Amino acid sequence: MERLDQLFVLLKKIILQFAESFLPAPLLPFLSILVSITAIAIFAPLTMMYLTWLERKVIGRMQNRFGPNRVGIYGLLQPIADGIKMLTKEDVIPLGADRVTHFLAPVAVVVPSLLLFSVLPFGRNMTAVNLDIGLLFFIAVSSIGTLAIFMGGWASRNKFSLLGAMRAFAQMISYEVPLVLSVVTVVMIVGSLSTEKIVEAQSGWGGLRWFVFTPWGFVGFMLFFICSVSEVNRTPFDIPEGESEIVAGFHTEYSGMKFALFYMAEFLGAFAYSAMAATLFLGGWQGPLLPSWLWFGLKTFCLVFTMIWLRGTFPRFRVDQLMSYAWKFLFPMGLSNILAAGIWYHTPFPLSFIFATWILLLSFIGLSRLNPTGTRLERRTYRFAE
Amino acid sequence: MSYGLGILKGMSVTLKQFVESYTKKGSIVTVQYPEERREDVERFRNFPILVYDEKPEAPRCVACDICAKECPPKCITIVRDRDEQGRGLQKPKVFDIDLSVCMSCGICEEVCPFDAIFMDHQFELSAYDRMESLNYHQEKLLKPNSYLHQIRPTDATQIDAKLKAKEEAKKKTQPGTTA
Repeated sequence: MERLDQLFVLLKKIILQFAESFLPAPLLPFLSILVSITAIAIFAPLTMMYLTWLERKVIGRMQNRFGPNRVGIYGLLQPIADGIKMLTKEDVIPLGADRVTHFLAPVAVVVPSLLLFSVLPFGRNMTAVNLDIGLLFFIAVSSIGTLAIFMGGWASRNKFSLLGAMRAFAQMISYEVPLVLSVVTVVMIVGSLSTEKIVEAQSGWGGLRWFVFTPWGFVGFMLFFICSVSEVNRTPFDIPEGESEIVAGFHTEYSGMKFALFYMAEFLGAFAYSAMAATLFLGGWQGPLLPSWLWFGLKTFCLVFTMIWLRGTFPRFRVDQLMSYAWKFLFPMGLSNILAAGIWYHTPFPLSFIFATWILLLSFIGLSRLNPTGTRLERRTYRFAE
Repeated sequence: MSYGLGILKGMSVTLKQFVESYTKKGSIVTVQYPEERREDVERFRNFPILVYDEKPEAPRCVACDICAKECPPKCITIVRDRDEQGRGLQKPKVFDIDLSVCMSCGICEEVCPFDAIFMDHQFELSAYDRMESLNYHQEKLLKPNSYLHQIRPTDATQIDAKLKAKEEAKKKTQPGTTA
């Protein structure tokens, strides 16, 4: 059991011990880093490839179709066929485009989403870089992607690209605020920004003492998850690439592998944000019986599935709905969640639960009432043009 | 003010469809075409065929050229066959239908006074060459009457009865002559 739990850690140890026999000692730390990087560099694109397959399959099933089932058994080789197709496609750069920026944007969008993987605790002792400020690093690096999206939209010299990029900026900056506010509660309770420490703080109760089971944790989890769906531009928050409105948004002018890189960033982001939500609120790799990395994978997979499920269910937000949802609902909810977490931290158990629940329940009902839903169709009165 | 319950309701619908697509048979309506096929419908009509009764050398077609004249996109080419003296025979020498021009309207079938041309059920007519292999010649178009019975039994029996009645009437009016 213990060996199964530490399977990948042991594997790395074996590689390092083997290398010790012929490598000089000062080079070994570099090799250790290289091994971690290689693992992530293999794992991440593979995940992305099969997330595309999963998405097509799940959405197909939701729409009573089969989804890809021609290439390989269950269509499992479909991502490889897609990859070959993308690589052999013509790479078109618009005549009026800023060539350098146009080329750099897809690279700049993928690199941050790959960097996100470095602080994710994939299992017990399986964080590639155990930073003390892991969470801060995660949030900071994930925001760089927005800049790259704007680079792409600006450099294309296309009105749709620019509109999409502008939308992306407005949306991502708006949703970053409640995202960070929801994370603050975890930092308050744990007292650390290190992802390892956050997971360790959720140990106990046979590995089921996750933060979601507290009132502030549940609300924080919902806020974080909703905002992360928005941060990776997925439906229903995909106005930056709204097909029916602005062709393909910021990646209108991209083709071939560059286009695929934007998609890769989206899927890697979706995976990384799901993994981070699992780390922060669902106890990371904590869990009974199964090995730690399997628990982590399972939780992340469930969240990714939920993201796909959301895409299969909902239409796109309107821009004004999107903004008012972020600023009028999620933002105040995040603030009251911080209050609830503070009260939880400072009062003894039964009282803390009651107080926190009431604060959150009241603010939820209050905010729902203050934000009227549905369209009010009133007769328009023209005062001057009659 | 539904407090987000509408979201859960919507998501339960899609989840139900997702689960049912695995558990409930017949919930996926896709027909996996090359392996599975839709059931053949008798009324289905596509590209025309020429029908012969006993042998392909003697088709029902008498080369009257009506179908070629009526054909809206003019895809039928008919040349009447002639004997050694140069007299016209009642059968076509050339009967070509260009598939790339044909629009499967079925007017040729409707106007044919000799019930010689019918719409087929065959729809897998793709070819690698778009000039010669899409221009269907007489040999390729000729199909026996039994084939018509196979694909369109109702129509074929009616037409057979009609032709037989015609034959009988002919025999009565012109005794002694062979048809």
